[in-house]
Amino acid sequence: MFTKIFKSLTVAFVSALMVLGFGVNGAAAKTDLLVYTAIEADELAGFKKAFESDYPDVNIKWVRDSTGVVTSKLMAEKNNPKADIVWGLAATSLMMLGNEGYFQGYAPKGIKKLGKLYYDQTNNPPQWVGQRAWIASVCFNTVEGKKYNLPIPSTWADLTKAVYKGHVIMPNPNSSGTGFLDVSSWIQLMGEDKAWKYMDALHTNIARYTHSGSKPCKLAAKGEIPIGISFAYRAAKSKNAGAPLEIIAPSEGIGWDLESFAIVKNTKNLAAARKLADWSVSKKAMVIYNKSYAVVAMPGIAKPVKNFPPGILKKMIKNDFAWAAKNRIRILNKWRDKYDAKSEPKKK
Amino acid sequence: MGDKSAYLIIENLTKKFGDFTALEDISLEVFEGEFVCFLGPSGCGKTTLLRAIAGLDIQTFGRIEQAGRDISRLPPSERDFGIVFQSYALFPNLTVDRNVAYGIENRKTPKPEINAKVAELLQLVGMPEQGDKYPAQLSGGQQQRVALARALATAPGLLLLDEPLSALDAKVRARLRREIKDLQLKLGVTTIMVTHDQEEALTMADRIVIINEGVIEQVGTPEDIYIRPASPFVADFVGTMNFLPGTAGTQGHVKLDGIELATNSSTNDVGPDEPITICIRPEDVVTRGVTKDTDNAVPAVVDALEFLGSFYRISLHTQGPARTGFRADFSINLMRDLDISEGRDVVVSFPADLIRVYGEAFTHSDETV
Amino acid sequence: MTGTAALATGLEVKEKVSREDWIMRGVLLAIALFLSVSILLPLYSLMSKGFQDKDGNFTGFANFSEFFATPALTYSIFNSLTITLWTSGIVLVLAFTFAYGLTRSCMPFKSLFKGIALVPILMPSLLPAISLVYFFGKQGIISSWLFGYEIYGPIGIVMGEVIYVFPHALTIMLIAMAMSDARLYEASEALGASKIKTFFTVTLPGMRYGLVSAFFVTFTLVITDFGVPKVLGGKYNVLATDVYKQVVGRQDFEMGAVVSMVLLVPAVLAFFADRIVQRKQVAMVSTKAVPYVPQPSKGFDMAMLGFCSLLGFIILSILGMAFFASFAKFWPYNLTLGLNHYQFDLMDGGSWASYFNSIELATWTAIVGTVMIFVGAYLVEKSKGFRTGRAAMQFLCIMPMAVPGLVLGLAYIFFFNHPDNPLGFLYHTMPILVICTVTHFYTVSHLTAVTALKQMDPEFESVSASLKVPFYKTFRRVTVPVCVPAILDISMYLFVNAMTTVSAVVFLYSPDTTLASVAVLNMDDAGDTAPAAAMGMMIVFTAAGVRLLHAILTRGLARRTQAWRKR
Repeated sequence: MFTKIFKSLTVAFVSALMVLGFGVNGAAAKTDLLVYTAIEADELAGFKKAFESDYPDVNIKWVRDSTGVVTSKLMAEKNNPKADIVWGLAATSLMMLGNEGYFQGYAPKGIKKLGKLYYDQTNNPPQWVGQRAWIASVCFNTVEGKKYNLPIPSTWADLTKAVYKGHVIMPNPNSSGTGFLDVSSWIQLMGEDKAWKYMDALHTNIARYTHSGSKPCKLAAKGEIPIGISFAYRAAKSKNAGAPLEIIAPSEGIGWDLESFAIVKNTKNLAAARKLADWSVSKKAMVIYNKSYAVVAMPGIAKPVKNFPPGILKKMIKNDFAWAAKNRIRILNKWRDKYDAKSEPKKK
Repeated sequence: MGDKSAYLIIENLTKKFGDFTALEDISLEVFEGEFVCFLGPSGCGKTTLLRAIAGLDIQTFGRIEQAGRDISRLPPSERDFGIVFQSYALFPNLTVDRNVAYGIENRKTPKPEINAKVAELLQLVGMPEQGDKYPAQLSGGQQQRVALARALATAPGLLLLDEPLSALDAKVRARLRREIKDLQLKLGVTTIMVTHDQEEALTMADRIVIINEGVIEQVGTPEDIYIRPASPFVADFVGTMNFLPGTAGTQGHVKLDGIELATNSSTNDVGPDEPITICIRPEDVVTRGVTKDTDNAVPAVVDALEFLGSFYRISLHTQGPARTGFRADFSINLMRDLDISEGRDVVVSFPADLIRVYGEAFTHSDETV
Repeated sequence: MTGTAALATGLEVKEKVSREDWIMRGVLLAIALFLSVSILLPLYSLMSKGFQDKDGNFTGFANFSEFFATPALTYSIFNSLTITLWTSGIVLVLAFTFAYGLTRSCMPFKSLFKGIALVPILMPSLLPAISLVYFFGKQGIISSWLFGYEIYGPIGIVMGEVIYVFPHALTIMLIAMAMSDARLYEASEALGASKIKTFFTVTLPGMRYGLVSAFFVTFTLVITDFGVPKVLGGKYNVLATDVYKQVVGRQDFEMGAVVSMVLLVPAVLAFFADRIVQRKQVAMVSTKAVPYVPQPSKGFDMAMLGFCSLLGFIILSILGMAFFASFAKFWPYNLTLGLNHYQFDLMDGGSWASYFNSIELATWTAIVGTVMIFVGAYLVEKSKGFRTGRAAMQFLCIMPMAVPGLVLGLAYIFFFNHPDNPLGFLYHTMPILVICTVTHFYTVSHLTAVTALKQMDPEFESVSASLKVPFYKTFRRVTVPVCVPAILDISMYLFVNAMTTVSAVVFLYSPDTTLASVAVLNMDDAGDTAPAAAMGMMIVFTAAGVRLLHAILTRGLARRTQAWRKR
């Protein structure tokens, strides 16, 4: 009954809209490719330009947001996907969505040149292909640190010391991919029980959790808070911009995730999506990736990046993506119930 | 009026608002060229009847016929009338000219013709040379003239006036009253006016329809209504009336405080000694040249004098055991001639042809006491 | 009576429906249809979503029990109520005193103060919050004034909300005060009552409906606002940010729907309570009151001037700080001025395109919204017969006010992105943003239109019918010209709100239709606070420009129509 009314109502409404002159914009001559991404906005223009110079018949339209948001958006649109291709999103998110049957496999031209660790090995053709790794880092504002007499931390354990109380900020793993890779890496490094105990201790020092993964480092750069748990690219970028930052890669090991792409199952622009996929594993793309990231999927390309903490690559943990993807929701729910509930830090 | 044909026929009209019956079974004929007033207290249903005739609030039951056409179901736009409201309802953003022209402009009339017609109408309502003003720049009386001109512009078969003068002050009201009447006579347009002001109705109407609680009490000429009110309500509502408790006497007689009075009013339907109400208007009470032997003489005592400008209203009571109070209007020279003052005995007479008798006991409203 | 027999058997007279009546009903129906699609059906989708699992199976109250079993979420109810009550309490006192100064004292610069007090209306609620960070954040210029407390938390939220809702509460107070009757004061004075006694026996009782109404309005605004807690919430969660977190942060749409419904409850309750109070207040005004004319009193006037100056200074500082921060190169280390924060195209989540999208949205909203709302209000007020249709329409027009923007936006996702919805093509387009924004701000505009229409003589339509002029001609020639001030008010209200709103559209924008207000949110989210402030300032400049234009138009119009407008 309701559906019937619903249908007739909406049909009438559509016709009314037409009369009123609402319309959808006419299609351009180029193929519009709707790309969902979590890559930082300041890089996007460069990627678009480079790709479109190679494939002038494709026009990239970005939908950019933080990892959690893009993941949630894709999830929400599961029944009616909008995106043609997801590009530059954490591999864990892509694997999780892949388990829901979101993507179609495709082996981009030249995929064999990539390291085996960096693309989907369970499906053939692979559903997701990695581009580059983004790596956790801690930003420390030396000016503010001096003001509060804070020693420079060098390990994750240091951050739980009482001296840092209220001076640490980190992203909320529920919305931020960076936040999740931190939590995931701690669990993989320390084991579940110890990791949660560690986070309990850390929680008492955390001033607040941010929505985005780059915000902690930006806040540290501005001196709003002395220590921000963030990721290396953002840290280096802020330091390059002149912020008084020390970038730390804690010695226990640091979490990382792969920025990867995957083609959405029922895309109407399959050809264009495959063009982007092919381009994304090319050497040219890898060189651009390397401008800001130290680890890229094609071996032998990467050169050191300015202001990345020394030895950071050796500190990357052995990351189990499959485990992380499978446990993502469980971990996030537990995290929310433990830390998101606090109305206020009980005592300052 | 017999020589005129019925222009508007209302048959068994009833109007209900939910459970409330605003008009009950109204039947009425209005003749061509006639000026009819609906008169009654506020809330009696007179405006409801007017709006039903206009089609603004369609009746629940019943039939209306105008000029031989059944208009019962028609929306206002398909009827033939012009209307003037108490609030004037002039369009504030249009000049007087454009207000008056509003209805004609819509009829594809050529512009010069419209302008000529507007000028003529404004002349007619006594407002020449005022066409460029906006309503807010006019006095209330002037605005109502414009509203009248606008209503007449389309030469409607029926003119409806809904309390057109109530918002004006007394002097303007009196003048406009006369002017509207003259205009109506001149144009011969059938007119219905709603009013709660009896003076307005008495001076302007050819016939008055008295309405009370949704029912027609009486239809008649102003003289009919005033001299021969059909019910105590009409007697009470129109003019001032003494309502005196009495009993029926022999055929053609009534008794007031032991005094038997002759009356021309019918007393047929009440048996002897049954309670009745004796009515006489204060101005009909006579005292000059009255003695104890005069017909219908009533000895009385003066209680109080009230000076009302052109006459005195005197409160008296009968000298019998009931000491029934009543009032009389005496002219100033009569007061002087007879030297009437408080506490004096006087003999008055109630002329037999001016006494009205009603079968039931009646309590009248305060205003007419 | 002879007629009674006929009465009993007589058939009820059915009015013939004229062609004009059909036109009226047709248009009315079209607008009702619009509102059904723009609010009724989306809300239905939202509600049903709350009772489903991820795969769309009906699960009854399972989501609700999960909600109440999750302390992270239930805490938020108390948090929301706490900040809402604090804010309402503070705002009522401040707005009352301010309004008292403006109406009951002889202090100078009244219109200047009134203008300043209304400034926050031009800001997205995010902006005062961002500004507060520059004052009270760790690097804020007066952070020590918080005595060691943090701006990120309830204190900050309440401060931000107070600024955000102050003009709304003030407007209601001013109206309520303007309506009080001078004769009561004269009587009180004649009876020898002291000023204080007069205040408690005359002023306060006369204001009670205004106070209650202002309370409900602030209550609804604060509990549904999400801009301020988004920026200043810290670890302090409230319902509005929870909806956003559930949906945007956690892909849990079902829980988002549940939190939305929880948020809907207080909003709807406050809405109905306010309607009842409003009705009573109207009844109170119907008697003719004499406006109160204040008498000079040096001490009192100076005190009021001091109070209003202080508040005015605070509001201007909030604006000024955002203004300054948007130009300072690298707060707090490099305070030289520059335009680098206005290069939105280089920022995470912002671009100049979003600014122009906002202008486009605001323009369309103002045009489409004003036409539809005014025509709708006209038909509801002036069409004849068709009672149930009009009553239903009236209800539809009032309904949007009870629905918080976030809830509306979320409902739109469910409704318009449903694969079976033939309207799905609207999803991710400018028209859906226009529809959503018009709907979101429908009620206030509708009530403005109704008020203006009610002031017109109800017999205009009767007169034109008697003159056989179709209603649409009278609408064009008389109704619209007479109501032009109200129409301008409505279009400005819609424009400014479309510029500043975040709540509903945050779920609906697409890469082609990013908006300035959302850009403020996203840039702040990404830590680019100064560019966020810069974009916020662009919104303020634009809204202020439109307001100025509105003032000029209104004044020019008043001069042109002086002849026929009553003094």
